[in-house]
Amino acid sequence: MPKLDPYNKMSKGFDVRLICYYLALVLIGWITIYSTCYIPDGSTPIFDFGQPYSKQMIWIGTSILLATVILLIDSGIIQHYAYFFYLFCLFLMVLVLFVGAEINGAKSWIKIGSFSLQPTEFMKVATALAMAKFMQEGKTANEKRYVWIGQFALILIPVIVVMLQHDAGSALVFGSFIILFYREGLSSGFLVMCIIAAILTIITLAWNETYSIALLTAVFIVFMIANRTQKKKLRRNVIVYIASIVFVFSVNFLYEHGFEPHQKQRIDTILGKTSDPLGADFNLNQSKIAIGSGGLFGKGYLKGTQTKLKFVPEQSTDFIFCAIGEEWGFFGTLVVFSLYGALIFRILKLSEKQRNPFVRYYGYGIAGIFIAHFFINIGMTIGLLPIIGIPLPFISYGGSSLWAFTMMLFCFIKLNDN
Amino acid sequence: MSQDNSNRYYIILGVLGILLATYTIRLFNLQVLDKSYKRKANENAIREITIHPARGFIYDRNDSLLVYNDAAYDLMVVPKEMRPFDTMELCRVLDLEIEDVRKKLDKAAKYSGSVPSLFKQQISKEDYGYLQEKMSEFPGFFVQSRTLRSYPQPIAAHILGYVSEVDEQDVENDNYYKMGDYIGKSGIEKAYESVLRGVKGKRKVLVDVHNREMGSYDNGAEDVVAVPGTSIWSTLDMQLQRYGEELMSGKRGAIVAIEPKTGEILCLISSPNYDPNLLVGTARPKNYGKLVMDPEKPLFNRALQAAYPPGSTFKLANGLIALQDHIITPSSVYSCSGGGYHIGSHVVHCHNCGGLNIYSAIQRSCNTFFCRAYYNILSNRVKYKNIDEAYTAWLDYMSSMGFLQVFNTDLPYELKGRIPTAEYFDKKYNNSWNGNTVVSMGIGQGEAAVTPLQMANMLAVIANKGYYIRPHVVRAIGHRDSLNTQFSDKIYSKIEPRHFETVLQGMKMVVTAGTGRGAQIPGIEVAGKTGTAQNPQGRDHSVFALIAPANDPQIVIFCLVENGGFGATVACPIASLMAEFYLNRKVERTDLETRMKELNIK
Repeated sequence: MPKLDPYNKMSKGFDVRLICYYLALVLIGWITIYSTCYIPDGSTPIFDFGQPYSKQMIWIGTSILLATVILLIDSGIIQHYAYFFYLFCLFLMVLVLFVGAEINGAKSWIKIGSFSLQPTEFMKVATALAMAKFMQEGKTANEKRYVWIGQFALILIPVIVVMLQHDAGSALVFGSFIILFYREGLSSGFLVMCIIAAILTIITLAWNETYSIALLTAVFIVFMIANRTQKKKLRRNVIVYIASIVFVFSVNFLYEHGFEPHQKQRIDTILGKTSDPLGADFNLNQSKIAIGSGGLFGKGYLKGTQTKLKFVPEQSTDFIFCAIGEEWGFFGTLVVFSLYGALIFRILKLSEKQRNPFVRYYGYGIAGIFIAHFFINIGMTIGLLPIIGIPLPFISYGGSSLWAFTMMLFCFIKLNDN
Repeated sequence: MSQDNSNRYYIILGVLGILLATYTIRLFNLQVLDKSYKRKANENAIREITIHPARGFIYDRNDSLLVYNDAAYDLMVVPKEMRPFDTMELCRVLDLEIEDVRKKLDKAAKYSGSVPSLFKQQISKEDYGYLQEKMSEFPGFFVQSRTLRSYPQPIAAHILGYVSEVDEQDVENDNYYKMGDYIGKSGIEKAYESVLRGVKGKRKVLVDVHNREMGSYDNGAEDVVAVPGTSIWSTLDMQLQRYGEELMSGKRGAIVAIEPKTGEILCLISSPNYDPNLLVGTARPKNYGKLVMDPEKPLFNRALQAAYPPGSTFKLANGLIALQDHIITPSSVYSCSGGGYHIGSHVVHCHNCGGLNIYSAIQRSCNTFFCRAYYNILSNRVKYKNIDEAYTAWLDYMSSMGFLQVFNTDLPYELKGRIPTAEYFDKKYNNSWNGNTVVSMGIGQGEAAVTPLQMANMLAVIANKGYYIRPHVVRAIGHRDSLNTQFSDKIYSKIEPRHFETVLQGMKMVVTAGTGRGAQIPGIEVAGKTGTAQNPQGRDHSVFALIAPANDPQIVIFCLVENGGFGATVACPIASLMAEFYLNRKVERTDLETRMKELNIK
C-alpha cells in the first residue's frame, strides 16, 4: 500500500533545488517578456491575451500542471514509452514538412487554429529519453559496434528532418549528445579529431583553404620525420593527411553551397571577415548595444530603450537575454548565469550519483541540451557565435519550448527520485 | 561503458566552468568595461530636435510691416522608410528629372539610412498642398515646415539687410549656431540679430527602430522651449521710403532723411536698389550672383558707403565755423566781383554778386564769399599759430558736426568719408601751403568727400541748433513704445546755437528767393541749400539739403542725384516732394512728381 501512495513518493526526495531554479528562471522569463511588450506611454494591462506576456502566463500555468502530472505518474511509464514518444515526435516533425507553417524562414510549426506547436522542441526530450533507453539496452548487447551505429542513427534521423525544416539551430543542439557519449566512453581520439576539424574549419572559413593546407602540410612533414622509422605510422600519416585535405575542401564546398546567404553573412561577421552594422549585422550590433549599455546595474526595469524602441529583434524569444542585460545590467546577467550554471551542474551531479544508468544517460543527455541552448543563445547575443535562432530555455517566450523544457527537466526530477 | 569513465565527469565540469568563465568575462567587458555601448544606445534612441523660433518681425515707425515670416516647406526623405513609389508622379509634381530624383535619393542614402535628408528645398505652397494629400503614396517622405523672410513692399533692401545660412566662420564665432541655421548677414537683420533670432529650443524624443517618434525622453525633463524672436520697430517711414525710391528710379544717387530731434532715420535710399524678396529662399544664390555682377552695383549702399564732394551744401558748415571763429558776423560784407575769387592766376568762378553778407551769400551760393571766409578761417593767426593749427581746428569743428567719423549705431558698413589732415597737405605741399591752397574745400569741392548720411546729420545739427543724435534705424524693440535709448545722447557741436539762426535764415532765403526756389511747398516754410558736386568723371552731381518746417524742423533731407547737374534741377524738387509727402502725407505738385519719377539719368 505505501508503495502506491503518490504523496509519500513526492515528499520523499524530489530535488527541491532544481524545482527552485526552474521556478526562478520561469519567473525571470515572464517578468522580462512583460518588459519587452511594455509600451512607455501607453497602458500595458497584465491581462491582455493578444499580448505575449499574458499568453506566457498560460504556458507557465500549463507547464506547472504538466510538471505535476510528470511527478505523479509512475516513472516506469516514462521509460516504457520512450521509443513510442520518440517515434510520435518524429512523426510530427515529418508532418511539419508537409503541413507546417513557416516562421522566420524555418518551416517547423504545426498550426492548429491560433495555436502553434513546434515538434522539434519535443523531439529533443524524446531523443534524450530514447537514447537513454537504447544505451541501457545496449549495455548488455554482444555487438557493441552496432550499439554505436544505433546511437548515431537516433540522432541523425531527427537532425536530417530538422535540416529539411531549415532549422540549423536545433540541428546544432542535437550535437550536444557528444557530452553524453564522451561521459560514457567515447574515445578521446574522436574528440581530438573533432577539435582539429573545428580548428581547420575556422581557419578555412576565416582566411582560406591555402592556410589550412599549409598548416596541415607542415604538421604532416613534422610527423613524417618523427615517424620515419615506423612504416605503419607513415602510412597512417599519409591517410590522415589526405583525409584532412579532403575535409578542408569539403568544408569550403559546404560553406559555399550548403548555407543560405544570410547564414554565410552571420558566420563571416563572427569570423571578423565582414562588418555591416547598419545592414546585415544590424541585429547583432543592436543586440550588443542593448546588453552593453546595461552597465553594472542596468537601466532599470521597463526602462531599456533598445528593447522598448524595438531596436533588438525577436526580443521576447531568441534575443530575450538582451532585455535582461539592458535593464538589469551585469548584475542581472550574472544572476541568470548563476541560475543556469547551478541548474546544469546540479543535473550533472545528480546524474553522476545515480546508480541507475538509464537516469544517468538521460541526465547527461538533457544537460547537454541545456548547455547547448544556453551557450548558443547567449553566445549569439553577445557576438561570440553567429546568429542562430534557438530559445533560451525557460525564459524565452513560447509554449512549445517551455513545455518541452519543463517536460525535459521534470522527467529528470522524477526519474532521479526513484 | 563502465564506471571507470567517471573521471570524465570532472573534465566535463572543468570545460563547462571554462566556458561559463569565458562568457562572464565577455559580458563584463561588454557591460562594464566598454562604455561605448551606452553612448550608442543613446544615439539610437534619443533624438534631439532643435526647435527654430520664428524670427522677429520688423515694422516701420507707423506699425506697417516691413519684414515678416512666410512658411516654406522642405520635402524630406528617410531612405530606410522608403518603399517603391510612383517616381514619375513625384517628378511631375516637383518638376524634376528622373535622373535628379535618383541622384538625390542616392545622396540621401549615402548620408544616412534612418536620418532625414533634405530632398527638395522650399517647395511651393501648391506643391505642398498637393503632396500633403498624397503623402501616403510616398512612404519615407515627409514635409517639414520652416520660415523664410518675406517683404510686403519691395523697398529698403539696403537697410533691412538679409538673412542667410550661417557659414563656417559664424559657427566658429558663436557656438549658438549650427550649420544650417540662419543668421542676419547685413542691415537691421545683422545689427539686431541677437534680438530678432529668439532662442532656439530643443526637444529630446525617443525614436524607435523605424525612426518613429515614441514620445518625449525622460518626460521632457531636458526639453527647452523655444523663445520666438523679438519684433523691432524701425525708424523708417515705409511710405516715405517707398516714395523716395519711386522718385529715385532711373537715377543713381542717395537720399537720407532724418528726424532731427531724435536722430531717427526716416528714409535711407540708395539708387539703384533691388527687391529684398530676391535674396530669399532657393533663388537667393542665383539672384545674389546677378546683383553682384550688375554693373549698376545695386548692392552698393551709396547713402553710407559712397563719399561725394558735398558741393555748395558744405558752405553751410563753413559759414557756421566762420561765425563761430568771429571771422565774420552776420552783418559782415564781402564783395564779389571780377568773375570770382582770384588766387594768382587761378579763379574760383562766381557771378559778380557784388557786396553781400552771409544771408545773401547762402541765398545766392556765392563762391567768392565762402572762399574768402574759408581763407580767413585758415589765416586766423590771432587764434591759431600756423596753418596746421588753424586747419586742424577747422577739422575739429567739422567732426563736432558729425564728419570724419562713423556713427557706429545700427547701420551697415558706414564710410568715414575723406577730408585730408594737415599732415597730408604738409607733405603734399612740402610744408608751404595756406588757406588759398585748399580754398576749394570752402565751397565743398576739392579734397573733401563725405557721405550723404554725414551731410544729412549736419542738417540735423543746423535744425537742432547745435546738436545731433546719432542717426539710427531702430526706434523700439519688443514693443512699439519701448524706445531704443542706446543712441539717444545729444552730441553737441562746437558752434554756438545763435549762429545756426543765421545760417537757417540764409537757407530760408534760398527757398524763398534764392537758388532753391523749386523747393517751395505750399503752406510750409522750407529752408534749403542747393549744391552742385563737381564730378571729374562726367556731369556734375545734383545736390540739395532741406530742412522743413524751417521754424520747427520735423525732417531734414539730403538728396544727391549723380550726374543730375545743378542742385536746383533734380535734387531740389525731389527733396522738396519728399518733405511735402512726409509733412502733408500727400503731394499736390503732381506734375512735378510725375516729371521727377519719369526722369531718367543713367
